[in-house]
Amino acid sequence: MKLYRDLTIRQKKIVWAWGFLAIPVLFYCVVRFYPTGNAILISFQDWNLLGARTWTGLDNYKKLFGDPVFWKVFKNTFVYLLLGTPVSLVISFVIAYHLDKIRFMHGFLRMLYFLPFMTSAVAMAWVWRWFYQPVPIGLFNNFLASIGIPQISFLNSTSNALPSILAPAVWAGLGFQIIIFMAGLRAIPKSYYEAARIDGVSTWTVLWEITLPLLKPTIVFIVVFSSIGFLRIFDHVYNMTTQNPGGPLNATKPLVLMIYQTAFSSFDMGYAAAQTVVLFLVLLAVSLLQLRIMRDR
Amino acid sequence: MATAEDLQVKPKADVLLQTGPSRPPRNMGQIIRFLLLFAGGILMVMPIAFMISTSLKWPHEVYNLNFIPDEPTIENYIYVLEDGRFYWWFLNSLIIAVITTICSVIFDSLVGYTLCKFRFPGRYIVFIAILSTLMIPTEMLVIPWYLMSQQFGWLDTYWGIMFPGLMTAFGTFLMKQFFETVPDDFIEAARIDGLNELQIWWTVAMPLVRPALAALAIFVFLGNWTAFIWPLIVTNSVEMYTLPVGLSSFGDEADVAWELIMTGAAISTIPTLIVFLIFQRFIIRGVVMAGLKG
Repeated sequence: MKLYRDLTIRQKKIVWAWGFLAIPVLFYCVVRFYPTGNAILISFQDWNLLGARTWTGLDNYKKLFGDPVFWKVFKNTFVYLLLGTPVSLVISFVIAYHLDKIRFMHGFLRMLYFLPFMTSAVAMAWVWRWFYQPVPIGLFNNFLASIGIPQISFLNSTSNALPSILAPAVWAGLGFQIIIFMAGLRAIPKSYYEAARIDGVSTWTVLWEITLPLLKPTIVFIVVFSSIGFLRIFDHVYNMTTQNPGGPLNATKPLVLMIYQTAFSSFDMGYAAAQTVVLFLVLLAVSLLQLRIMRDR
Repeated sequence: MATAEDLQVKPKADVLLQTGPSRPPRNMGQIIRFLLLFAGGILMVMPIAFMISTSLKWPHEVYNLNFIPDEPTIENYIYVLEDGRFYWWFLNSLIIAVITTICSVIFDSLVGYTLCKFRFPGRYIVFIAILSTLMIPTEMLVIPWYLMSQQFGWLDTYWGIMFPGLMTAFGTFLMKQFFETVPDDFIEAARIDGLNELQIWWTVAMPLVRPALAALAIFVFLGNWTAFIWPLIVTNSVEMYTLPVGLSSFGDEADVAWELIMTGAAISTIPTLIVFLIFQRFIIRGVVMAGLKG
């Protein structure tokens, strides 16, 4: 205590700062940095949890890049991204743009659109899974049958299954994106619109020349945020295909599900770790690329 | 004298979310726009509504398209709760979400405050280090976390489920941004009054950023309540499952009827929906704050 009292105010503040940070710094080292390093390390080893860990160099990566299932999964992951991001971006912008202009029951409408964001992905995956069942069980097919349209095979078809699984993921994220878009729209100074009106510019021109360019930071945020979400899709796929995870015929399997199965069904830790490193690099590359593209434009 | 309420930082989000007075639509275009948006909104809540409606139906009615059950029943809820598992899963989820929320709100704001208001050697390194963890996906960490849990006997325990989420880098940055708005003079004044640094943080700075704390708490709670992949990996025994993991295994059982799955899904969704309906303005503001800062 005497020692502390002799310190200058500046030194005391340093002691306090590191006192505050001691536990968090320890936490970040043990629970974030060490595991990151460990994952990279394991990716160069062969290990099935029980036996010895043997150093195998790049073998896991070589195996991965020669594995047709990996390429299928890699493609699926990007299909989720390339379908999900633009679709949700366009829908949420259109809704936000019009909702912003509505004063009547605005709060109520906003609530309706936001509600799905508060749901749990697992619960909603099961709800949608039920919707997708064939007659006489599934809601969608029952509805189609009632108006005389032929049945659609949603989850059992290799071509329809992926978009069917993507739909609830897009649906659940829309509310968040709409709110962010509306805040972005409100942040645009009214004077721009007034000036445009005085000049007699058409609504479309205002949209393309004023609204969208000024919304760029919002768009960048939403694109990066939702891309990362779609690249990491797991809960929906796992729960909608529990009988045959990632099926039919791996048509819906994303990278995270492959990682889960490799690590916790096959217990091939080294191989799974190599897949997580690839996931990390993909996420990094996609985020950097998008920030780059959006900034240049 | 100014109270903490007066000085509370007014979030920019509030300005952006003012709905203004509700005016009925005036012309045809407005009416069409309203009707389309209204129809879209109904479509958006349809899956939730059908989940709840089905959970209130008798088995013979489940596959009918009618939205309102002919004879509503809470029999499904009684069945599911008497089974006992959902009761446990609900309790597990609640305990885990509450503890992680408290923990991460406290630690994230403490770290955010320290990085914002103190000048000390190593500050920049700590800042960059925590920032860099935002780039690391959870999925990359689950394997080492699993090995760690196995080594220390954390598998299948509350601690094992909770430990990865006790602090979040996202929350730290959110809080750091908000502490920027707390004037340094305040902190200096409190220091002159003889408060120590811990007291200053807790009694002076924290009340001023209450809206941000609430936003963070809601995000962390929702994140932990719905978390799936890590609880799925770390739990083995049925009693330790959280609601999402439990629901997933329940739905997968061979002979479970859809109305019971819908009931389970409703049990895991309704609490967050109620929280949302109560704190609606608060939550939407939180989303905007996080979005603008993030």
